[in-house]
Amino acid sequence: MRKMVLAALSSVFLLSACGGNNANDASGDLEEQTVVGDDIEGATELTFWNFQELHTQFFEDAVIRWNEENPDRPIQLIAETYPYDQMHNNLLLALQSGSGAPDIADIEISQFANYLQGEVQLEALNDVVEPELDDLITSRFDIYAKDGNYYGIDYHVGATVMFYNEEIMNEAGVDIDSIETWDDYVEAGEQVVANTDAVMTTVESDDHFTFWCLISQRGSDYFDENGDVILDNETNVDTLQFIYDLVYEHEIAEIAPGGYHHAEEYYGFMNDGGAASLMMPMWYMGRFLDYMEDLDGKMQIRPLPMWEEGGNRSAGMGGTGTVVTNQTENSELAKDFLAFAKLSEEGNVKLWEILGFDPPRHDVWDSPAMAEDNRFYQYFHDDIFEILHDIRDEINNLNITEQTTNAQQEINSNVMHSVLRDQSRTSQEALEDAADAIRSRMIE
Amino acid sequence: MGTTISTEKGKPLGTPNSPRKRSSFLYSKKAAPYIFVSPFILSFLFLFLYPFISAINMSFQRVLPGQVEYIGLRNYERVLNPTFYTALQNTTVYVILTVILLTVLPLIFALFLNNRLMKMTNFFRAAIFIPALTSVIVAGTIFRMIFGDSDMAIANQFLSFFGFSPIEWRYGAASGMFLMVVLASWRWMGVNILYFLAGLQNVNHDLYEAADIDGANVWQKFKHVTFPAIKPIVIFLTTITTINGFRMFEESFVFWETSSPGNIGLTVVGYIYQEGIQRNDMGFGAAVGIVLLLVIFVVSVIQLYLTGAFKKGDS
Repeated sequence: MRKMVLAALSSVFLLSACGGNNANDASGDLEEQTVVGDDIEGATELTFWNFQELHTQFFEDAVIRWNEENPDRPIQLIAETYPYDQMHNNLLLALQSGSGAPDIADIEISQFANYLQGEVQLEALNDVVEPELDDLITSRFDIYAKDGNYYGIDYHVGATVMFYNEEIMNEAGVDIDSIETWDDYVEAGEQVVANTDAVMTTVESDDHFTFWCLISQRGSDYFDENGDVILDNETNVDTLQFIYDLVYEHEIAEIAPGGYHHAEEYYGFMNDGGAASLMMPMWYMGRFLDYMEDLDGKMQIRPLPMWEEGGNRSAGMGGTGTVVTNQTENSELAKDFLAFAKLSEEGNVKLWEILGFDPPRHDVWDSPAMAEDNRFYQYFHDDIFEILHDIRDEINNLNITEQTTNAQQEINSNVMHSVLRDQSRTSQEALEDAADAIRSRMIE
Repeated sequence: MGTTISTEKGKPLGTPNSPRKRSSFLYSKKAAPYIFVSPFILSFLFLFLYPFISAINMSFQRVLPGQVEYIGLRNYERVLNPTFYTALQNTTVYVILTVILLTVLPLIFALFLNNRLMKMTNFFRAAIFIPALTSVIVAGTIFRMIFGDSDMAIANQFLSFFGFSPIEWRYGAASGMFLMVVLASWRWMGVNILYFLAGLQNVNHDLYEAADIDGANVWQKFKHVTFPAIKPIVIFLTTITTINGFRMFEESFVFWETSSPGNIGLTVVGYIYQEGIQRNDMGFGAAVGIVLLLVIFVVSVIQLYLTGAFKKGDS
């Protein structure tokens, strides 16, 4: 009897222990820690927090190169990966309370506004950014700036492009190069729906990448340059209506399974040839490689269709700014290293080679190193950077303000849902309500 | 010097001076209670009272990195907004449903498990209790798969087997609430059954015999013998289920994380998290927290008053 009780007790402990561990995993303890440069004596220790393990790989490579080229200032980097929410919360609380922050950290663009409030607790990076500005896509730096100070360095431009599944397009009898305007796109979509089992595209009902890309392409945004809310302006209402029409009027689009383009369900749907095309930023390439292997060799990248002749064919979307916090004891070293990793020509080539990102430094786009064969070229096709060059000047600035996180929240949880899925409100009503909700927060 | 000698002298007796003092202190009837309650007092002070006071303080502040300023009642003025009402409404519906489900069903199950005619009661007791040991995050992940959007998900296959069309569970207000309530019920059912079972053990069997002699039927026996005995447990369970319901966070988080479509899964605590941490508005989050505290306080007092918990103490 006693044995049985013991066995029962120990299994209970085991069960609860498992439960505890799993809860910790999900609620966000450290997921991964990588130490680079610990073999070098006297190396200065720097910590780096991120929410995407791939970014650690990139910095790992950068530290090795830095230590080779700067033997007098070696670095030992401790890179720690946390879940997205956890990392941003931890960092915010550490900066708020004045202790516990790392030297270097990644901050995702939609969270960045939080860190620009009040007295910014990040180091200004002007002395390393300004000398290079001529060769950089400056809009990528303005989004992380406040009062003339640059606080973050991005990983990519995030040029929005159209991914076409050429197999489906051929089956439908559409030449993807003939699609120049959104009208052409709708027409092609009708052909796809008529001739194949697939829909033309999918739209997000719980995220903003369908909406924000399109309004930015048309020169609009959530906020204007002064930070005033323009979310409910005519262009935005019209654009949201266009997205609605793709689904319900032209019937060529479907709401993305899972609600957005990063959902598990969506990858499966797309991988099975569910949609003939998809509008997402360039950095989405990695998702194709990782989660949609059946589409290998079938996908083609093209600029976005234009709204009118001569209009923009892209928009810069998404981003993660790497920052140096003011709690670092080695601010000079951290800044120099960050510039070496992400602003130098070689660093930018590595952004492409390791991460498959369109690097913010446009003078490397046509360098021979970028043309070397890699897994992205193999999956897609080899004229990716020619397309980027073509659309380089067609990327509008985004106006990121302290309220950007709020705007995003409104779009994700209310606007897209009520217009596209629920159909309970018109584009105009939904955007006006959202704009009012944001304005009401700005009065104080 | 003197002490050394006295210790040496005392040694043969086997009771050195200082240990005796220590043990007498430990055995003292005056000190022991304080020592035993001190862990609780300390944790109460540091983990409850201090955060509570600083939350009240913070609710009058605007907290930004490097800048903290007092802004009077402005956080409270902003609390009563449409999103807060949505959150409060969701939470209230959730509380009502869980209170009903988590008292009625466990009571019925406990009555069955307590019945001598029931077979394999030990197995069922263990089986029903296991969910309480499972992490809600793990359980939630599995629930998310069961109630997936695709036609292939188990719940939808079940529906189509009976000729209903599949449902997008996580996108409708009613189905979303259903998911949260089902997860909570699954999790806490076993614990509540245990409480009831414990209560049922205390029912005096002589009373049943007396009732039998008087010719009472099953319902009369339940009403006049069983229920009065377990009434305190019912009061206890409705109270803690209400409080737990108002501070619910995980059940919503596992299905939608922090933002649900149309805020169908937004709870008050979820709202505090969203505003205080994600949107970096600690002062406002604290204000919502204080309002929630008042809501829980008022509801609990009304509930205890209605169930007669106060009267009992008086008589």
